[in-house]
Amino acid sequence: MNIADIINPANLVYEKTKVMNDTPMHYCPGCSHGVVHKLIGEVIDEMNMQDKTIAIAPVGCAVFAYKYLEIDWQQAAHGRAPALATAVKRLLPDRLVFTYQGDGDLAAIGTAETIHACNRGENIAIIFINNGIYGMTGGQMAPTTLKGMKSSTSPRGREVPLAGNPLDITTLLAKLDGVCYATRHAVHTVAAVKKTKRAIRQAFDNSMQNKGTSIVEIVSTCSSGWKMTPADSNDWMVENMFPAYPMGDLKNE
Amino acid sequence: MAKFIGAVVVEIETCKGCNLCVVACPTSVLDLSSEANSKGYNFSHMANSADCVGCSACANVCPDACITVYRVKTA
Repeated sequence: MNIADIINPANLVYEKTKVMNDTPMHYCPGCSHGVVHKLIGEVIDEMNMQDKTIAIAPVGCAVFAYKYLEIDWQQAAHGRAPALATAVKRLLPDRLVFTYQGDGDLAAIGTAETIHACNRGENIAIIFINNGIYGMTGGQMAPTTLKGMKSSTSPRGREVPLAGNPLDITTLLAKLDGVCYATRHAVHTVAAVKKTKRAIRQAFDNSMQNKGTSIVEIVSTCSSGWKMTPADSNDWMVENMFPAYPMGDLKNE
Repeated sequence: MAKFIGAVVVEIETCKGCNLCVVACPTSVLDLSSEANSKGYNFSHMANSADCVGCSACANVCPDACITVYRVKTA
């Protein structure tokens, strides 16, 4: 059988979700954001919620997420996505409301909004991309930067006496009573991608069932900020990020 | 055991040549092309199409959603 015979709509096994449009993404080659956008689109499609979803875009690389997924979006001030999501979900309780935030947005400038939204148990889902760096602004040290990890503002590696310890905010949030689901995943292999998709689905289901706040942390790479190839970034992430941010459920009620 | 043959279509202009699909492919079908697209990226293509089993591993890890996968059962 030749290739032209195989390439036939009847034999299709994987195509881009319809929730995503054809705008080329601005992310660097190999960026984990693209995979997570795709998974969110697939889950929304599966849930048949495309016209009932309102997402909150962050400040950071994913600020333009609203250009790629054909759902309703709001764009929050830096770190304020959980506060905006609170308002949206309270005003329109039948909508699926989620925030999409990076570590600089969620764990630095937005720590107060994140903690209080989680503590109130708002019925929203938080997709948290943790790559241990401020990617958009040029690879500066973030709260989640690992001990000894080099960044443009810690060229000799993060020194704890100067910059403090890495902030494991998902573990912190899992302790709050308002949080029903806190989990940590990655998207570096096919198996990991499938697990992440299931986690996003559960978080979105929890939001619709008014069970409380769900946090899905996705430990990600930033090949440009880490100054490695995408494949090397994945290996570096497995070796260095996973011991500090172990995979799996932290809370599931 | 049923056998599958597959084929992937890479959208050349969207591909950024990140190489993640090449690493993910269990049968070493994909490779980066020596040609570049209009943005200057060496896009991914089927260098060894005979071995493709249509497993969709490449498409699952593709950050730019530029891979479509087809698969046919042969036995």
